[in-house]
Amino acid sequence: MSRNFAQLIRCSYCNFNKYIPRENNDPMMTECLQRETETLLQLSQVSCITSVFFGGGTPSLAHPSTIAAVLESVSRRAYLSDKAEVTLEVNPTPVGKSKLEDYCRAGVNRFSIGVQSLQDGDLKILGRDHSPHQALQTVEEARRLCPGRVSVDVMFGRPKQSAESWENELSELLRVCDDHVSLYQLTLERGTQLFKQVLGGEVTMPAEDVTAEMYQCARRTLHQHGFLQYEVSNFARHKAVSHHNTSYWKGRQYIGVGPGAHGRFVPRGEGGVVREARTQTLEPDVWIREVQQRGHGTRRRIQLSHLELLEEVLVMGMRMSKGINHKHWELFSPQLGLHEVFGTSNDIQELLQSGQLILDDRGLRCSWDGLALLDSILPALLVMLERQISQRLQRDHHADGQTKRISNPQ
Amino acid sequence: HFHSVGIAILPELTSLYFDCHSNLPAFLLFAFKDTIDLSKFPVDRIRNFCIIAHIDHGKSTLADRLLEMTGAIATTDKNKQVLDKLQVERERGITVKAQTATLIYSHQGQQYLLNLIDTPGHVDFSYEVSRSISACQGVLLIVDANQGIQAQTVANFYLAFEAQLAIIPVINKIDLKNADPERVETQIEKVFDIPREECIRISAKLGTNVDKVLQAVVDRIPAPMASTDDPFKALVFDSNFDHYRGVVANIAVFGGRVKKGDRIVSAYLGKTYEVNELGLLRPHEHPTQKLFAGQVGYIIAGMKDVKEAQIGDTLYLQEQPVEALPGFKPAKAMVFAGMYPMDQSEYQGLRSAIERLTLNDSSVTVQRDSSMALGAGWRLGFLGLLHMEVFNQRLEQEYNASVIVTAPTVPYKAVLSSPKLIKEHGSEEITIVNPAQFPDRSVVSEYLEPMVLGTILSPDTYTGKIMTLCLNRRGIQKNMVYIDDQRVMMKYLFPLNEIVVDFYDLLKSLSSGYASFDYENAGYQAADLIKMNILLNGQPVEELITIVHRGRAYSTGKAMCERLKDSIPRQMFEVAVQASIGSKVIARETIKAYRKNVLAKCYGGDITRKMKLLKKQAEGKKKMRRIGNVEVPKDAFINVLKRKDK
Repeated sequence: MSRNFAQLIRCSYCNFNKYIPRENNDPMMTECLQRETETLLQLSQVSCITSVFFGGGTPSLAHPSTIAAVLESVSRRAYLSDKAEVTLEVNPTPVGKSKLEDYCRAGVNRFSIGVQSLQDGDLKILGRDHSPHQALQTVEEARRLCPGRVSVDVMFGRPKQSAESWENELSELLRVCDDHVSLYQLTLERGTQLFKQVLGGEVTMPAEDVTAEMYQCARRTLHQHGFLQYEVSNFARHKAVSHHNTSYWKGRQYIGVGPGAHGRFVPRGEGGVVREARTQTLEPDVWIREVQQRGHGTRRRIQLSHLELLEEVLVMGMRMSKGINHKHWELFSPQLGLHEVFGTSNDIQELLQSGQLILDDRGLRCSWDGLALLDSILPALLVMLERQISQRLQRDHHADGQTKRISNPQ
Repeated sequence: HFHSVGIAILPELTSLYFDCHSNLPAFLLFAFKDTIDLSKFPVDRIRNFCIIAHIDHGKSTLADRLLEMTGAIATTDKNKQVLDKLQVERERGITVKAQTATLIYSHQGQQYLLNLIDTPGHVDFSYEVSRSISACQGVLLIVDANQGIQAQTVANFYLAFEAQLAIIPVINKIDLKNADPERVETQIEKVFDIPREECIRISAKLGTNVDKVLQAVVDRIPAPMASTDDPFKALVFDSNFDHYRGVVANIAVFGGRVKKGDRIVSAYLGKTYEVNELGLLRPHEHPTQKLFAGQVGYIIAGMKDVKEAQIGDTLYLQEQPVEALPGFKPAKAMVFAGMYPMDQSEYQGLRSAIERLTLNDSSVTVQRDSSMALGAGWRLGFLGLLHMEVFNQRLEQEYNASVIVTAPTVPYKAVLSSPKLIKEHGSEEITIVNPAQFPDRSVVSEYLEPMVLGTILSPDTYTGKIMTLCLNRRGIQKNMVYIDDQRVMMKYLFPLNEIVVDFYDLLKSLSSGYASFDYENAGYQAADLIKMNILLNGQPVEELITIVHRGRAYSTGKAMCERLKDSIPRQMFEVAVQASIGSKVIARETIKAYRKNVLAKCYGGDITRKMKLLKKQAEGKKKMRRIGNVEVPKDAFINVLKRKDK
């Protein structure tokens, strides 16, 4: 929360992601963000950018001129349409609110607001420095500036929260929110203050059954208000889906810019043909030095194998309520269709029979009930995928050997 | 607390009398200067004795003092339990393996050879005690001046009493603030019928009156009945295996003499060996030229396998055959437990560790076993619970092997009624060690279960609670006496199965640690035994089959279902965990289906972490054991099968 913020930019094939430290007005940081953006765009050989996402932590601390400068760099190296989605994550504080207009002028056309809760006490427990009132005001201002393009983040499963209070809170939120809602369940992370408090018994977390009820209740309520669930934790009405995030789930390329940013793209600029998982250096100071020295701060590059790529496509794709359609899968796996990979296993047959999973003419997806259990379904799918791919490899290898023998009469 | 399995012992050590055992035994540094001419010690100047005591009453400390005072080891404050060589012995304050030390003591101008044969501190090891006792003519019975007579004091007393040994009661720790030697003398008079005047009050820690103990050994213990004029005849009462020299046998010479180069015969095997080396144990090996009648020492005669040095065997000279001594009954395994490597890749390592350990402890029976859940392993038989505990600890400490140990079971018997089965097994009565092999009621005329006679000593304030506990464990009271105005001694007949798991821990906790418990085997009794199955969604789980007494089926079944419920993760459907007898379900727990299991929030930066987590789950899924449609992790079996952590 306090360290950096991530900034993500995305095009028809790619998007990227930046971290900026607190002293983000530092012209040096802005310069480095611009430089890395340009270096990586060139490396990716991408020509068109369809979305940019400034996110991670508190990007609204960044000066609007930094945002403008980065967008300028993007335009310099690739085509950035006027219609491209440019999202900024905003903390609903008065400072954040006052700058919204300037961000719009800098090129932002969508806001994602971390409301988290409308309960004052809960915001304090979560360590937030805004009040419910400020949150509502920020949402209002954002809607005025970008009508129909404002998302609110809310969190459930908070300490001492009951299913009933959650339902009330959600109704209140629905009265003020725009056309996009992201739901998160609070997860306890080791090493946090909250983790210690829960461990020490000072704070109790709602039981598994209660959070399950909260999730189902939210899905029902949002549905009743015309919001369609298009992903595990994302809901939109009037087709106001996040294009940027949708491309993650569809397995498209993206470029990550800034300290600690992640990316997935093929470095065609240096003759690459395989998609790489790339991570930028986390520590801002070191990252700055690296960018100054060699134009980018890429710390880790891992080439994704065919199987690993398919695993990501599967895991991310299944998060969407529409799942993975045959065409989408074929793009990544032209030789093995969804039916061939998943149609034969007993494990998966059980999931199909119990109605949690659907495999039909459209493709592979979870049912309404199944989506809530996705993490129990995915291991079975992954086991099957690995088995089929490795069998395929062996067969090909075998066939290869035979062909050689035949083609060599000696 | 000698009976304790694990923690019950260790808390006692905090208040212990001797505390640090970290230094090298001093005797290793202190070499013998003179060669001893053993012919100077005729039979009437030899005494063979052992020390018996309840745990922590100070047996090993007294042994240290005796060794120091007779010059066997240097006098230093570093001598702590010199005879307890094993790490587990020092940590637990118990003796597992009997050791022997020969002391040279001057008394009224005469030199005496005193053979101290150290004994294990627990009835599990009573086979060791009786071996030691068979080489002795007297015992020092030590009682703590503060704690008084404890359950094991009683058990040990009877072993010595039945062997008709001279018994010297020694009241130790008189330096303690709460010492009440008077009361202990009253107890000794009442329980053992030994006049209080015969008690010697000492502080082994400070050395107070330890000289009186040495005098009493000479004065009150008879010399061994043996003559150097008889043909050579010796009893093998213990043996060790040395990788370089082969078998080292501890012997008590009952007649004649033996020297290096003699050709001797094992009465048991009829095999002949040549004596390569012999001598005294002081307590380390001290070679001598000869050993004479009445003396105790060691002998190395080219035996390659511990099985050649059968405990209880008689040795004689090739040219002078003698009638064999009575020998010992072989020790019988009474508690069985499965042992499996934590990971199957550790199988070979664990196997060799078990082999090495059983080389010096022939009382452990080893049978190969395999479980669908835990893989290949062994079913080991032990003399008792502590024996098992000690074995595990040695495996872990000395061989660095980590093992899964299943809950202990006892050997049941079945009397077969079907002539066909009798023919198949070659006998009417069969012993069942593995529950999966439990024969059906229809082919059996009766089942038998092993019984033990338990002795409980406790302050009388806890009598009510203890009686309730014993009743719940199907105990039948045989006897109850006050040993002084506050302490009561109770005897109960228990099915062994009822005390193997947590009886001792419960006894300890309900008596605030004051009650002590010991038991001896008491044969087999007919019992209403049944086979209980554990079912997951209707499918029986073979590795969880349990034999139970009909009256205990419900509580055992319920406990197992509860443990399983806690260790099987939720699935996408409801799972019924049931205990059944035949087709009748007697207990049930339900694992509710997952209602939600999906991680909210997953965007670009989170993919790598999320993938790692899911891949790990996918890997885990491959390792799960499937019972019907239920996936059961190995941990769940371990949690249900292993002994409870204490």
